[in-house]
Amino acid sequence: MTRFGVIRFPGSCDETDALLACERVGEAELLWHRDPDLKGVDAVVVPGGFSYGDYLRCGAIARFAPVMESVIGFAAEGGPVLGICNGFQVLCEAGLLPGALLPNEDLKFLCRQVDLVVEDDSAAWTSACTVGERLSIPVKHTTGRYFAPSDQLERVEHDGQVILRYAPGQNPNGSLHEIAGVRNEAGNVVGLMPHPEHAVDPLTGSTDGLRLFESAARVAAAA
Amino acid sequence: MLARVLIRPKTGVVDPQGKAVERALPTLGFEGVEDVRVGRMVELRTDDPDRLSELCEKLLANPLIEDYEIELEGEGSQLSHGGDEEEV
Repeated sequence: MTRFGVIRFPGSCDETDALLACERVGEAELLWHRDPDLKGVDAVVVPGGFSYGDYLRCGAIARFAPVMESVIGFAAEGGPVLGICNGFQVLCEAGLLPGALLPNEDLKFLCRQVDLVVEDDSAAWTSACTVGERLSIPVKHTTGRYFAPSDQLERVEHDGQVILRYAPGQNPNGSLHEIAGVRNEAGNVVGLMPHPEHAVDPLTGSTDGLRLFESAARVAAAA
Repeated sequence: MLARVLIRPKTGVVDPQGKAVERALPTLGFEGVEDVRVGRMVELRTDDPDRLSELCEKLLANPLIEDYEIELEGEGSQLSHGGDEEEV
């Protein structure tokens, strides 16, 4: 059974939902930010929240947490890593993913359900999806506008590293090219602003978020 | 040595904070103010000012989206330019 590790930084707030989501498809345990030991997990989730108070820039300080050195090594060896919201910001700051997240175009905190279109099903966290499939998953953030300098953006598009886009007319924050999630070149590291861990139970309206966790479980089982 | 690091969004990066401030000014009677950019300032003391650029690149600024300028007490400032991007 796939063992997921979910990191807790001071200021994380979505690690509990991330644990519950992982437990729907495998086993899950918390990883503490000061402890570099990944406890032999098969996949790592960097959850949402406000790591280190989001001081300086979102994700900038968390990137230097002792656990992140291990996550960077784990990612380099091909281990599946998922960054959700603040976790996406942390992975961008760590250089594991291309681009950066800027304040939303209208400077407002957003909390709403959005439709996403799957653009790539080769990544560790989208392998159970189909290209063109729509997923209904909530966003909740103030700093979620995906940006990359034009040369980097061109490379990301050219190499098929955009894995999820906001459905037409639903870009909530002014992200370039409607980008909601990207992967690294190898496909094992994925980051997205929407929260799949909040869409795993019919009680909250959608179970589409499970697809990402199922994908990683499938990849880990095959490894 | 006292140093100030001024950090601002790069030229090509849309700065909604700056735009919000700019839009507010005419309603207060300040006409003709343009190109407002909102950044931040970090003040610090260091024994090794030669490493300040490295410190900025690694932590204080994100070179993908921000330019920074280092001001040393009693000296002028040096501006670090990123590649200019068109407005997006």
